Amino acid sequence: MTATTPTTEYSVEKIRSDFPILQQTVHGKPLIYLDNANTTQKPAAVLESLANFYSTSNSNIHRASHMLGERATQAYEGAREKVREFIHAASTQEVVFVRNATEGVNLVAQTWGRTHIGKGDEILVSAMEHHANIVPWQMLCQEKEAILRVIPVDDQGELVLDALDELLTPRTRLVGIVHMSNVLGTVNPVQHIIQRAHAYSIPVLVDAAQSAYHMPIDVQQMDCDFLVFSGHKLYGPTGIGVLYGKKALLQDMPPWQGGGDMILSVSFEKTVYNDLPYRFEAGTPHIAGAVGLGAAIDWLQKTGMSRIADYERTLMQYGTKLLAQVDGLRMIGVSPSKASVFSFTLEGVHPHDVGTMLDYEGIAIRTGQHCAHPLMQRFQVPATVRASLACYNTHQELDALAESLKSIRTMFA
Amino acid sequence: MNDELRELYQEVILDHNRRPSNFGPLPQATERAVGRNPLCGDHLSLALRINNEVIEEVRFEGQGCAISKASASLMTEAVQGKTVAEANCLFEQFHALVTSQQEFSEDELSQMGKLAAFAGVRDYPARVKCASLAWHTLQQALHHSSEPATTE
Repeated sequence: MTATTPTTEYSVEKIRSDFPILQQTVHGKPLIYLDNANTTQKPAAVLESLANFYSTSNSNIHRASHMLGERATQAYEGAREKVREFIHAASTQEVVFVRNATEGVNLVAQTWGRTHIGKGDEILVSAMEHHANIVPWQMLCQEKEAILRVIPVDDQGELVLDALDELLTPRTRLVGIVHMSNVLGTVNPVQHIIQRAHAYSIPVLVDAAQSAYHMPIDVQQMDCDFLVFSGHKLYGPTGIGVLYGKKALLQDMPPWQGGGDMILSVSFEKTVYNDLPYRFEAGTPHIAGAVGLGAAIDWLQKTGMSRIADYERTLMQYGTKLLAQVDGLRMIGVSPSKASVFSFTLEGVHPHDVGTMLDYEGIAIRTGQHCAHPLMQRFQVPATVRASLACYNTHQELDALAESLKSIRTMFA
Repeated sequence: MNDELRELYQEVILDHNRRPSNFGPLPQATERAVGRNPLCGDHLSLALRINNEVIEEVRFEGQGCAISKASASLMTEAVQGKTVAEANCLFEQFHALVTSQQEFSEDELSQMGKLAAFAGVRDYPARVKCASLAWHTLQQALHHSSEPATTE
């Protein structure tokens, strides 16, 4: 199977018309949704796929001896194939359905981590990780008396990779790195980091929660050992996510949760575990969620990931210039290698107040610490305002954001 | 700014956000407490000098949104010179003002003085914790609790 190559021009109006939720007003103003790094909205095709699944095919998978069971299994496994193609994995055996990126990291920490990490071993993460790629490792370190090391971040919001050679020690067992920062927007050179870690035979887990909906992902080209992302940021439903793992590593990992569907045979003396990827999918999974994620991927393939990336780049450049003109605005994260996120503070106005005021203009953004306390401490800000882009945002929406910020600033001065 | 927002961001709140009263350290404090709202990153240190059950002096430091900063500022003004019992009573009133559905008469509101500026907060569930942080921290200090106050 190959991805459909889109031929028509990128029409943001056409794209917006695919998203029912965007057609509403909030506090009497047209909704301007700029909280996409938190979760993205869903195209009608995804909503219809959920309704369609439950209306025509609902059944349990892998075990029913009837037509509906067959349809449900095909829909679920079909979604797995769509994910495989989307991230360019070699085999569907390498695609494990989980709840979200967080669960993917926890799965790796609790299985691969528990068998490969011991006392005095080191796990290397970066200072710009989301809590999801810090806390599971911290928990493991506590259990195993292992050590968590951190790649620092510079003032621009880029990783200080000069430090990498010193941080990759003979005790380093794993590198966990975010592909794109949810706060800074920085897109990290993961391929380069992976090469350097692999030079010492150290596997690398990539947190692609933020990148997967902004740019094409190719796990084979990247050569990552594990990669996680969430469906709900990829214009799909909540409650479904993906763990990609190289077959050789997954095969070597003990199961995580025990239960139905992850076994071949069970007796009270011995249980034989199922093949990949089912071994890691105990119990009835979020079947409809996987189907919805498959529909989201179809929609993205039709729209074209590269075209989305190109369009968002123009928005990003436009917004960067526009926000630079807002008095007192300090952008956190100014790496030239950055995508689709504006995190900033506004002098004299607390982010929480900015959030409430913008809400009354119909503008949805996020304020706070964005599940990245260490990064907030690094930049010595108690919180930031974060406006984050998706394929359906427009230049006019960024105009409205900048204008509102200017008037908020005046009001609080 | 529309009228609804004007209800929340009253002039007195904006003023106290710009120039908070009783802001700074209090080296002679007899009671101290720290309050945090982890979700917004608000952080408040409260210090009181209590003599013979009377709050003789109260000051605060920290960072927070306009609502939480103004609330801390107006709280310090309200409790300064009051007895601990009176401060507890004010806490109850303030708590009811920002969280309950209870109707407040014009008289009751005017008795609360500048604190009445927070009457609009109850319509913004996400902001109630901002307005109450200072007061919860005060309770913490008055009851000698060592756990940081939090409204979440």
